[in-house]
Amino acid sequence: MKIHQIFGMIGLAFGLIAASPSFADEGSDPQRIVSVGGAVTEIVYALGHGDAIVGVDSTSTYPPEARAKPDVGYMRQLSAEGVIALQPDLLLIEQGSGPAEALSLLKASGVPVITVPSGHEAGALRSKIATVAEALGEEEAGAELGQTVMDELASLKADLEAIEDRKRVLFILSLADGRPTAGGSGTGADAMIEMAGGLNVFADVEGYKRLSSESVATLRPEVIVMMDRGTAAEHGSTDPFAIPALAASPAGEAEALIRMDALFLLGFGPRTPAAARELAAKLYPERIEAGSSESASQ
Amino acid sequence: MLRGAANGDRAAAERMTLAVLAGLLLLVAVVAIGVGPSGLSPDRVVALLAAGPGTDRFPVSESIIVWQIRLPRVLMGAIIGAALAVAGATLQGLFRNPLADPGLVGVSPGAALAAVAVIVLGNGILAPLVQPLGIFALPIAAFVGALLSTFLLYTIATRGGRTSVATLLLAGIALGAFSGAITGFFLFLSDDDQLRDITFWTLGGLGGTTWLKLFACGPIMLAAVLASPVLARGLNALTLGESEAFHLGLEVQRMKTLAIVLVAGAVGASVAAAGIIGFVGIIVPHLLRLAVGADHRFLLPGSALLGAALLVLADALARTVAAPAELPIGIITAAIGAPFFLWLLLRRRGLLGV
Repeated sequence: MKIHQIFGMIGLAFGLIAASPSFADEGSDPQRIVSVGGAVTEIVYALGHGDAIVGVDSTSTYPPEARAKPDVGYMRQLSAEGVIALQPDLLLIEQGSGPAEALSLLKASGVPVITVPSGHEAGALRSKIATVAEALGEEEAGAELGQTVMDELASLKADLEAIEDRKRVLFILSLADGRPTAGGSGTGADAMIEMAGGLNVFADVEGYKRLSSESVATLRPEVIVMMDRGTAAEHGSTDPFAIPALAASPAGEAEALIRMDALFLLGFGPRTPAAARELAAKLYPERIEAGSSESASQ
Repeated sequence: MLRGAANGDRAAAERMTLAVLAGLLLLVAVVAIGVGPSGLSPDRVVALLAAGPGTDRFPVSESIIVWQIRLPRVLMGAIIGAALAVAGATLQGLFRNPLADPGLVGVSPGAALAAVAVIVLGNGILAPLVQPLGIFALPIAAFVGALLSTFLLYTIATRGGRTSVATLLLAGIALGAFSGAITGFFLFLSDDDQLRDITFWTLGGLGGTTWLKLFACGPIMLAAVLASPVLARGLNALTLGESEAFHLGLEVQRMKTLAIVLVAGAVGASVAAAGIIGFVGIIVPHLLRLAVGADHRFLLPGSALLGAALLVLADALARTVAAPAELPIGIITAAIGAPFFLWLLLRRRGLLGV
C-alpha cells in the first residue's frame, strides 16, 4: 500500500465523520427502525410504530413484543456493523448511547441517527416523546401523548398536595449477598419517589450505593420499595426483612414492602405517570386512587 | 554428531512452525475481513477491497463496512495480538516465571486506574482535562497511566544502576494492590452506566477501532514487536540465571531496561486502543513452548504470529456470534484459549519449564 493511499484513507475517515449526513427528513415514514433505550422503544410502540422496529437494545424490554426483536446489545456498546446489517432507515438512540466511534460510522454510512434526550423530570419525558414523534412523522400524536403525560403527572401532584405527612421511603436496588444497595439522590428511583409524593431517606447519598446496616436506624424508612424482577430470585434473597437492621426499621415492623416492575417503575417513558400513581396509591392507600385498570395492568 | 542433528531438526521444526503460523495468520485475516453480521458475500468483499475506499460503485454503507470497520479492526487485532503475546513471552523470560503478565510490571493496573478515573470523574473534577480530549481522553489516559506506573515500579526496583527482578515482582504486587484500591474507590463513586462502561472496558474490545486509532497506537506496538528479537539471546542466557548470564558477557541491566520499555509501550498502546484483553500474553508463549521449544529466537516471532492470528480470530467471532450485538473479546480469547491450553498441558505434562 502506497503512502498516499494510507493518507487518503485517513482523510476519508475524517471526511466521513465530518460530513455526517443528517438527512432524517421529517414527516417521512420510517420502515426499518433500530430503537436504542427502554423508554425510546416504549414511545415508538406507544405511537403505533412498533411493527417498523427491526432491532432494539438490551434495555428495551417493554412491551413484551420488543423482546422478540433482534438485540443489538447494550446501549453503550453498540456494534456499527451489527446495526448497519439490520439496514435501518432510522436509528433512535437515547442520549448516552455509544460508543462515539460506532455512532460516527453509522452516521457516515447514511443511517439517520436521532438522539433522544434522557432525564427523569416531567419536562424531559415530554421532550423524549416529542423527539421520537418528530422522527416518526407523528408530531400530532406525539404532542397529544406528551400532553397526556404532563396532565396525568400534574393531576397526581394536585392529589398529593393535601398530604402533609409524607412517607419515608427507602428504595432498594438489590439485595445481592444480603447487602442492600439503595437509591440516593440523582437516581431514577429518587425522581420516582418524589413524583409519588414520598421522601427519599437515602437522598443525602448520591447515586446507588451500599447501605450500611447501622445507618438504617437513623434513616427510619417507613416503606421499602423494590423492583420486581419476576419469578427468578435474585442471588438467593429477595426479602429485605431477612436483614435484621431492615426488619427492625419502622418499615420492617409494619412489613411495608412495595414491589413494582423494574422498567415500569424506572423506565421514564410514557408509562411513568401510571407508575408514579401506582406507587403513590400504594404509599397512601386511603388518600390516592389507583389509576385506571389499563395503567395498572402489568 | 547426534546432538548436531537434533539441533538441526529443532531449527527445521521452528522454521516450519513459523511458516505455518504466518500462513495461519494470513488465512484468519482473510476470513475475518470476509465475515460479519451484514453478510456481504466474499466476492463482494473482494470487489469492495479492489475498488478502494470512497468508491461510488458500491453503496456507501458497504464501503464503510469493509474499509472503515472490518479492515482497520483486522489490522488492529493482528497488531495487538502480536504485541500482547510478545510482551508476555518477554516478561516470562525476564522474570523466569511462567505466570508473568503485563500486570506484574504495573502496566495493566496503571492503565486501569487511569481509565476508570476518566470514566468516573470525566464529567466531574477531571472535566477540564478530559473534555477537550473528547473520545481520545480514555486511550490517552490509559497509555499514560500504563507508562507512569511502570516507570514508578522500575524506579523503585532500581538501586545503584541495578534493577532487582525480585523487587520488581514484589513491588509490582504491592503497587497493583494499591492501584486496585484506588480503582475500587472510583467504582464506589460510579453510577450504573459508568459501572457497565468499566466492566466492558476491562473485558476489552476492538469495537471502537478507527484508522486514526490504528495509526496512533499501531506504530508503537509494531515497533516493540519488531524490536523484540534483539532480546532473544539475552532472554535465552537469562534462563540460566542472572549472574550466569552476566558472566556470559551479557549486559543484563541494559536488557532489562529495554525489555521493560518494550513491554510498557506495547501493552500501554494496546490497552489504549482496545481496553484490557487478557490471556493472550499468557497462553500464546506457553503454547509455543509446549509445542515446539523455549528458544526465544523462535519464541518471540512465533508468539507475534500466533498472538496475531488468535486475536483476529477472536475478534471475528466477537463480531458474529451475538450479532447484531457484539461480545467483549476477552470472553472469547479465554474461552478459546483456556481449554486448548489445558488439553496441551495434560498431554505434555511436565514440559512446562520456562
